[in-house]
Amino acid sequence: MEKPEDLLPLPPATFHILMAVADEDRHGYAIIQDVAARTGGELKLSAGTLYRSIQRMLEQGLLVETLERPAPELDDERRRYYRITPFGAATARAEVTRLSHLVKLARACGFAPGRA
Amino acid sequence: MSDNMPCGDVAYNVARNVQGHNVPRYYQMLLLLYPASFRAEYGEEMRAVFARRLRDAAGLPGVAWLWIAAFFETLWDAAAVHSDILRQDLRYTARTLGRTPGFTLTAILVIALGVGANTAAFSVTDFVLIRPLAFPEPDRLVMLWENVPQYSRMELSPANYRDWKRMSRSFESMGAFTTQPVNLVGQGEPERIDAAAVTADLLPTLGVQPLMGRLFTAAEDQPGAAGTVILSYRMWQSEFGGDAEIVGRRLNLDGSPSTVIGVMPREFSFPVSDTRLWIPAALPEALYQDRNNNFIEGVGRLKPGVSMEQARAEMNVIAGQLERQFPKENLHTAATVNRMRDELSQKSRGLLWALSGAAICVLLIACTNLANLLLARGIARQKELAVRTAIGAGRERLARQMITESLLLAFAGGGLGVLVAMAALPLMARLVPNTLPMAGMPAIDARVLLFAGLLTLGTGIAFGVGPAWRMGRGADLSGLREGSRAGGGRKERLRSALVMAEIMASVVLLVSAGMLMRALWRVQATDPGFRADGVLTMRTALPTPKYITEAARDQFYASVLSEVRRLPGVQSAAYTSFLPMTMGGGIWPVSIKGQNLQRAGGDVASMRFTTPGFFKTLRIPLLQGREPADSDTSSTPLVAAVSQSFVRKYWPDGNAIGRHFQFAFSDRVIVGVAADIRVRGLEQDSEPQVYLPYKQQGDGNYPFYVPKDLAILTMGTPEALAPAVQRIIRAADPEQPVSNVRTMAKIVEEQTASRTVQARLLGGFAALAFLLAAVGIHGLLSFAVSQRSREIGVRVALGATPRDILSMVLRQAAFVALAGVLPGAILAYQAGLAMQALLAGVKPDDPATYLAAAALCVAMTLFGSLLPAWRAVRVDPITALRAE
Repeated sequence: MEKPEDLLPLPPATFHILMAVADEDRHGYAIIQDVAARTGGELKLSAGTLYRSIQRMLEQGLLVETLERPAPELDDERRRYYRITPFGAATARAEVTRLSHLVKLARACGFAPGRA
Repeated sequence: MSDNMPCGDVAYNVARNVQGHNVPRYYQMLLLLYPASFRAEYGEEMRAVFARRLRDAAGLPGVAWLWIAAFFETLWDAAAVHSDILRQDLRYTARTLGRTPGFTLTAILVIALGVGANTAAFSVTDFVLIRPLAFPEPDRLVMLWENVPQYSRMELSPANYRDWKRMSRSFESMGAFTTQPVNLVGQGEPERIDAAAVTADLLPTLGVQPLMGRLFTAAEDQPGAAGTVILSYRMWQSEFGGDAEIVGRRLNLDGSPSTVIGVMPREFSFPVSDTRLWIPAALPEALYQDRNNNFIEGVGRLKPGVSMEQARAEMNVIAGQLERQFPKENLHTAATVNRMRDELSQKSRGLLWALSGAAICVLLIACTNLANLLLARGIARQKELAVRTAIGAGRERLARQMITESLLLAFAGGGLGVLVAMAALPLMARLVPNTLPMAGMPAIDARVLLFAGLLTLGTGIAFGVGPAWRMGRGADLSGLREGSRAGGGRKERLRSALVMAEIMASVVLLVSAGMLMRALWRVQATDPGFRADGVLTMRTALPTPKYITEAARDQFYASVLSEVRRLPGVQSAAYTSFLPMTMGGGIWPVSIKGQNLQRAGGDVASMRFTTPGFFKTLRIPLLQGREPADSDTSSTPLVAAVSQSFVRKYWPDGNAIGRHFQFAFSDRVIVGVAADIRVRGLEQDSEPQVYLPYKQQGDGNYPFYVPKDLAILTMGTPEALAPAVQRIIRAADPEQPVSNVRTMAKIVEEQTASRTVQARLLGGFAALAFLLAAVGIHGLLSFAVSQRSREIGVRVALGATPRDILSMVLRQAAFVALAGVLPGAILAYQAGLAMQALLAGVKPDDPATYLAAAALCVAMTLFGSLLPAWRAVRVDPITALRAE
């Protein structure tokens, strides 16, 4: 069985998708919108990148497709929804730990934002 | 796979109807760039996402931007998805191949042999036949020859060359040359150097600029001009260490000083690869007198836009005019114009094509074998594939996986194949004729590597697609059923057909190789008319003006021959103009009783000046009279010994002694008759021979024919004698170079050298094919037996004897073998007809060869079926049935 650490470092798209589904199940277009909103429009995932990432994340067990659907009146597009797995959440946390450790190391070398 | 799958249409309609948007077809087309499996999974989603984006896009610019972005994103993303799958497949393939190392190694080796044989064959064929010559615009370069009955490519006489050049309009320029080895003295040991004498316009016609210095001027190409010389790059490097100050240096060539005026570039080579320097031809006016003195070769560069046909037509009109003007000398003399690239004997060409054909046969057999291996493996893997299908892998993904597997195998084998080709190249390179203006040797270069790469790709696809296609169709859940008999009758039929094709191709190769072998034996068995064993030969080309007088030469011959004859073991020694099989030319017109018989009419004979002892040394039987003797001098009547065919032609009654004939400007009387020898080589008919006494050559006459080849008959090993003889020559003249030291046996052996190589190579290919076909038969039968073990078990349980089982397996083998041998024999006959030029008179329906090939195939079939038959006989009915 794979450990979360085996997947690190996460590709940026993967990390962003994990953040997008962290609190609720979303369909593809919602993920794109959420990532764009979260990054202030800086990162706009293309459909291809999104589904390529999703395919791999499903294989890696970071996500699952859910069978639950929102109320029919809300679910006008009959999409597939994606939910983060406990393994996905653990992996995201492991990535955060890795990044903050890295940032701590960088700061210790004087690479703090705002300094010359 | 098309996108018009029902699910695609449904998705499209859903998107359109639900959203009220007509998601344009263009996006659907863009999605085609994705792998079908990915499209089937996410196409619908992606269309929906795109539709939403389109709906959210602001105005026309927004829509336009969205489209542009979608286009480039799709290109990038699709490539990324493809590479994901490729990586995945490669990992999977490496794992599965690693689990079956026997299969993997066999497959890689088989491909390596197939690709290696073809790569080596291609590198030689490309070098000799395909690649353009290393001159600017080589397609406009032609060779010019006189075309007379019997010789379509006769050298030109200077007079005819001069008239052709003056009268023709098709050529931008024209030049001429003759090969003329020179003696180089003063650079260490005296040395004999292969050189060419060229007219001043020859090198400009070829269009090559010197690396250093300059080319010859017209003034330097005049008789009496100060000596000049241009060096080849190789000569400049080997003799002068690449001396940057070489231009202007003086060399001693043939005893007279010559100034180096230039060095040619490394890749320049003309007329043959061995030519090491060039001197001006400087033809004296006297040589323009005789239109039958043919010794120069013409080179022309066509004007841009002038076709070969136009040039040929014009040259033949000119030749016709000259024939009317000089009806005697130019009787039946037309012109031959050949593209320089095509100046290669039909034999060399045929030989290379035959080899390429053989190599392709080997590759086909290799591919067939691989396809068979993969089919068998596919059948064995049916369960694995059915499992993969069951957990959701589409057929497209499975087929793709199979192709990846075959391509991975192909490229592993192809890489090894290039190494095989590198190892085989030295042998193959011996087939490159040295009569081509090409420097260097064939090598595995970028061009050849590209060929090998394409070949490997083609091979991978050829043996991979069939099984992959069957796999795509055949993988269904039936594979999961326990105890199912994998592999239906259809698959076995296909496998049998593949093995038949292998046997067929190996029969073609076996018969072809067999015929070439017989041709080789036949040529080797040809009686040359002399005996070569025990004879040592070497050449001392006596330079003019030092040896222009007969007296000077006589002194040299006398001192060398008398000393050599005194060496222990030496039985006899003699000098001649040219040893047999070293020079095909030296042909002069013969006339009897003043009749003007013409060269064109076939009244010709080869002329050689010899010292006494020549017949004895080469053991040519003297049939009548005596040989030319020391007593035949300029003050005695001109005499000659002639060959038997000469007598047969002019005096069929056989009484020739004392008869007169006119030859080489003089009346001569016959004093002896010798047996015929093959002057032109083992495979070519020779003209009658005329032997003239060396003391009747005169001063400065026929410098080309000055006796220069020394032959020594010894009782011991001929090679061991060489140092002593060379010492004797050095004592007689310290400045005289000695070259071409070799035994007469070696000279005769070289006659069949290319045949030997070709028979060996084709034999090698045939052996390879044979081996592969045996592997094929063995594989087919083993598999059939293992698939039918239950059936065999039932038969045994029902009372079949081991004999019945054995005959069942052997029947199958015999059927496949017979079905391959028969069409193979028909194809081999066709191949034999195509190769007839190489067969030296062996008939393409030679029964012995066919019988031998058929017997080999039967033996191979038996051998290949031994192990499977043994296994079939040992099938235990209880075990076979319990497995159910």
